[in-house]
Amino acid sequence: MNTTQAHPEVVQSEDVLSRQEQRSQPLYTGRVKVYPKAVSGRVRRVKWAVLGLCLALYYLLPWVRWDRGPNLPDQAVLLDLPNRRFYLFWIEIWPQEIYYLTALLIIASFTLFMATSIGGRVWCGFTCPQTVWTDLFMKVEHWIEGDRNARMRLDAQPMSGSKLTRKLAKHAVWLLISLLTGGAWIMYFVDAPHLVTGFVTGGLDPVTYFFIFLFTGTTYMLAGMAREQVCTYMCPWPRFQAALLDEDSLVVTYRQWRGEPRGKHKKGQSWEGRGDCIDCKQCVSVCPTGIDIRDGIQLECIGCGLCIDACDGVMAKVDRPLGLIAFDSERNQRLNAAGLPPVSRRSRLVRPRTIIYAFLITGITLALLTALTLRSQLDVNVLHDRNPLFVTLSDGSIRNGYTIHVLNMGQEERQMTLTVDGLPGAEITVVGAEQDDAVSARLNVTSDAVLTYRVFVSVPADVLDENATDIAFVFDDPDAGLVSSHDSVFRGP
Amino acid sequence: MPTKVEKDSVTGTETTGHEWDGIKELNTPLPKWWLYIFYASIIWSVIYCIFMPSVPYITGYFGGIWDYSQRATVEEQLAAAHQRQSVFLDRMAGLSPEQVAEDPELLTFALAGGAAAFADNCAPCHALGGAGNPGGYPVLADDDWLWGGTMDDIMVTIRHGIRSDLDTNTRLATMPNFGSDGLLSREQVAAVADYVLSLSGHGDAGAETLAEGAEIFAAQCVSCHGADGTGLHEFGAPNLTDAIWLYGGERSEVIAQVNHPRLGVMPAWEERANGQGLDDTTIRMLTVYVHSLGGGE
Repeated sequence: MNTTQAHPEVVQSEDVLSRQEQRSQPLYTGRVKVYPKAVSGRVRRVKWAVLGLCLALYYLLPWVRWDRGPNLPDQAVLLDLPNRRFYLFWIEIWPQEIYYLTALLIIASFTLFMATSIGGRVWCGFTCPQTVWTDLFMKVEHWIEGDRNARMRLDAQPMSGSKLTRKLAKHAVWLLISLLTGGAWIMYFVDAPHLVTGFVTGGLDPVTYFFIFLFTGTTYMLAGMAREQVCTYMCPWPRFQAALLDEDSLVVTYRQWRGEPRGKHKKGQSWEGRGDCIDCKQCVSVCPTGIDIRDGIQLECIGCGLCIDACDGVMAKVDRPLGLIAFDSERNQRLNAAGLPPVSRRSRLVRPRTIIYAFLITGITLALLTALTLRSQLDVNVLHDRNPLFVTLSDGSIRNGYTIHVLNMGQEERQMTLTVDGLPGAEITVVGAEQDDAVSARLNVTSDAVLTYRVFVSVPADVLDENATDIAFVFDDPDAGLVSSHDSVFRGP
Repeated sequence: MPTKVEKDSVTGTETTGHEWDGIKELNTPLPKWWLYIFYASIIWSVIYCIFMPSVPYITGYFGGIWDYSQRATVEEQLAAAHQRQSVFLDRMAGLSPEQVAEDPELLTFALAGGAAAFADNCAPCHALGGAGNPGGYPVLADDDWLWGGTMDDIMVTIRHGIRSDLDTNTRLATMPNFGSDGLLSREQVAAVADYVLSLSGHGDAGAETLAEGAEIFAAQCVSCHGADGTGLHEFGAPNLTDAIWLYGGERSEVIAQVNHPRLGVMPAWEERANGQGLDDTTIRMLTVYVHSLGGGE
């Protein structure tokens, strides 16, 4: 029989308290430090791959160049706050167009909701910056101080030369990574090559240094020191997981129906009448947040799945089927426990909740793309004078004053003609503009600029039959074949 | 004090040894991070007291080594702001308002400075944006100017005021009290008022009345208001043929004005009491701003 060949003694049992067990202690006890054990396996490999991808994206994206022509930054992704321009590859966003960002955030939120509905806390476990950098910092820690037991021994030791060396080395590497992280964040706001040369030569302004060191500090604190406490106490996301998960979401699950009753297992013992869990607590010792997954789904679980790798390793050694801990849904657990087959992957993925999310994401993405494609390079704001609303001129006609801001977001200068629509007999005066006649004005709108015009419109009093008449300012650019009309109002007595 | 530290059997925590009616106080010290921040705050406060203003005396106070004062800081900031303004102020020196308006940078500066000065000094009567107020505070955003609407005219008006007793060069003109001083009879006042209204096509008086009015107008009014009634800037005499009436264009209002004219007063802004007059640059910026409201005359 397979069971007799299994060798429980190769499976080392861990002396470790899960969070649940720790919770039974008085509330004022301090944090029990988590020493996660290194683990290898399929989930771990996926996590390394995602980590590499995320870090590469984060560090390299600011270095991607994008030619926009002279006098404009050539960085593909740049949030240029001093000049109030956001550059995203071919898109240039002005401050008043910031609502595009809202659409982007809504898409991101719904994608997150959908991912959570399907795959549980995949964001937390794989792609969240807190997880990515904590993983990286733990790798460094493992590399310098050794694995779980070595680290626990080292921390228990009194301070010595070798301990000091190791600790200093670890914190030095952590700080270096933090500095690179903090610096790379600033690269999204300041031209990357300039930032690096400026940082080395000390030529940056104090504010930039402040933010570089601020983000260095937060990275060091959050990934090095705070770790799982960020997820458990600081982050709001775990708190509303309950609303986003349903019984078809994949969560890291201990298959209780298979594992219980748990108990120590000696080589050669029968597996009859007992569960597959040999209570080795490997799953607890590898957990980065220090929980026991066998207690069921809990707030602290970030869904990283490292316990799956740990348990699969053990199951292989004791020669039982893999997947005692696995990504699985609550409904499947119930079905399995009742001896029924699990729901098909298709019906798990396609259900009203995911369909609604998919529709919303597609709809908003299409709306955003349409809005971006159709947006005009020209924007006009017409402000009617509030004081005075209108004046009577000496010939009895009524005049209104307007301040018109013309935003030319393009890179070409425009020659435009301004006329007024909706008010027969209206005459127009634009301060400082050339006028061929009394009803139109020629405007030279310089490129990439906001121009302000003072405009007076006057009409004979008998034309007005109400105290507010809707009018429109029409900007005609024959070269670009562009006519844009902007509504305003004309007020009279 | 007990010689041996006693531990509470339930919680495992040490007690302080204090006991009241059999209840013992547990020794749960403050969190370390809290305590250290508290100590750091004490040290910080001592350092602060040495460097910054801290101890009050009976008169005055200990200013600290740095002798910091928010008032002095404000004065420095004001001086710095004046320093930054002086670039424009120097360029503006000796330029006429027209020349200021031709330089886009100076124009922007003058409009901003003029708007601020206008809100402080002029808006109580003329309203924000020069919208004017009923009862003789003229609209500055239109094209009708009693004393002239060129930049120079506006500057003289602001500088010396109108009928101001502070300035001997003030703009001065008086319209006689035709009715109340008995220069004209009630009927004559009414006739000339009808004639004045007819100049801008108003009123429904008969030809006979208008002829009488025209005769009185030619005798009494043309010296200031002109033969055709279009007014004269030198005397601040309004144009009687247009659509703008400072004291109202109803027949009764015109009669009242002929009978016993109301004569508006504006301070001489250069010569205001207690040395509070506006300086030359401010007056020029105000001129540019006021001219911009309605584009002058």
